[in-house]
Amino acid sequence: MDIELMISSFPKLLNATLITLKLLSVSLILGLFIGLGFAILRMNNNKLINKFAYGYSYIFRGTPLLVQIFIIYFGLGQIEYLRTTFLWVVLKEPYWCAIIAFSLNTGAYTSEILRSAFQTIKPGYLEAGRSLGIPSKIIFTKIQIPIAIKQSLPAYGNEIILMLKGTSLASTVTLMDLTGVAKYIISTTFKPVEVFIVAGGIYLFMTFIIHNVIKYLEKKYRFQT
Amino acid sequence: MELLYFGDKGWGDELFFATLMTIAVSITAMIIGFIFAALFTPLKLSNNKVLKLIGNAYTTVIRGVPELLVIYLFFFGGSGAIMFVASIFGYNDYIEINAFLTGSFSIGIISGAYSTEVFRGALQSIDKGQFEAAKVLGFNKYIYFFKIILPQMLRLAIPNLSNVWQITLKDTSLISVTGLVEIMRQSYIAAGSTRDPLFFYSFAAVLYLMLTFLSMQLLNRLETKYSKGY
Repeated sequence: MDIELMISSFPKLLNATLITLKLLSVSLILGLFIGLGFAILRMNNNKLINKFAYGYSYIFRGTPLLVQIFIIYFGLGQIEYLRTTFLWVVLKEPYWCAIIAFSLNTGAYTSEILRSAFQTIKPGYLEAGRSLGIPSKIIFTKIQIPIAIKQSLPAYGNEIILMLKGTSLASTVTLMDLTGVAKYIISTTFKPVEVFIVAGGIYLFMTFIIHNVIKYLEKKYRFQT
Repeated sequence: MELLYFGDKGWGDELFFATLMTIAVSITAMIIGFIFAALFTPLKLSNNKVLKLIGNAYTTVIRGVPELLVIYLFFFGGSGAIMFVASIFGYNDYIEINAFLTGSFSIGIISGAYSTEVFRGALQSIDKGQFEAAKVLGFNKYIYFFKIILPQMLRLAIPNLSNVWQITLKDTSLISVTGLVEIMRQSYIAAGSTRDPLFFYSFAAVLYLMLTFLSMQLLNRLETKYSKGY
């Protein structure tokens, strides 16, 4: 055990944790909007729109996140047309490619979580809203969404933790996130166990916090029926 | 399409064998995972506090740490440990251990943590009366476990195990970083030498989709088979 290495690498790894957290928070926020959008499309009665939304979530849930990042980072740059548009400013940065891949990926999972949450809302609530003459837009934003959020909290908490682990793949496209820096230190010092303990400890600490925040929210917003 | 020709001209045969490699690694990892689950599930359910702590530590750590980090630990740590042993005997060159074994082992440990949770959940949701009845009737340990508890457990576990299989199958893409030539690695090589990453990575995505789709069909059949009589 090289305790000195563990202590000296801790600040470096902590610094890299900031990038991990940035990647996580930005892609979760974008993914939430994407997920909500596709969940709404999934509940559409039009078969074509429905199939499209299902296809989206099927493809992104059926392929590894690594493939998705590689397609976006290495693949899209190959299209000559894209290089001439303003999109290229975004797509040439590994940081944004990672964010796009993560957002689309978590969006697919989130859309499934939200869809099942929307579908388990008792029809009585909607009927009650309608019979009170509340416009359907307000029923959606003030009744359906809050109930769906409460019901999807446990599953969404899992998704946040999965996404936290997913951000480690950013290191494959040259980003120096927590895993990237850990790998760099391992490959220069050849002390994998020590670095694993420190980096893994930081990850576990973050999972612990996320887990407890979700638990707290679940308690706070417990839905009384 | 020429890129997919079999033989020297295209990458068809290479990708075909890479797909077989992915399947082989996934199955090996799944089996290693089952072995880990068989070891750790009893620990998690044990009344002994120390054993319970060991069981819980395994599932918590593995499920809370990124897969890539676990793979790096075994990739660098595995050869490091063997090189250390070799250096004692005076052999100082770099030794690379089999990428297939390191890969299957690290994915297996990850998959095992998920399987452990599945088996624990399944065992706990079997009616207590079943255990008691089996004991009261004086069945020996073999019948007690294999004929009474296991079939009931499998029925409950199979839907969740097919999720674990999906996770494991997708996680195998990560061991491409260790150089094992599975779908991801082969696509990386092909993309590099043809300068056509978009095509090859998209094709890799299609291969993974096919694998997940086909395995889901098979697993659904298994699910109906085991839920017979319910």
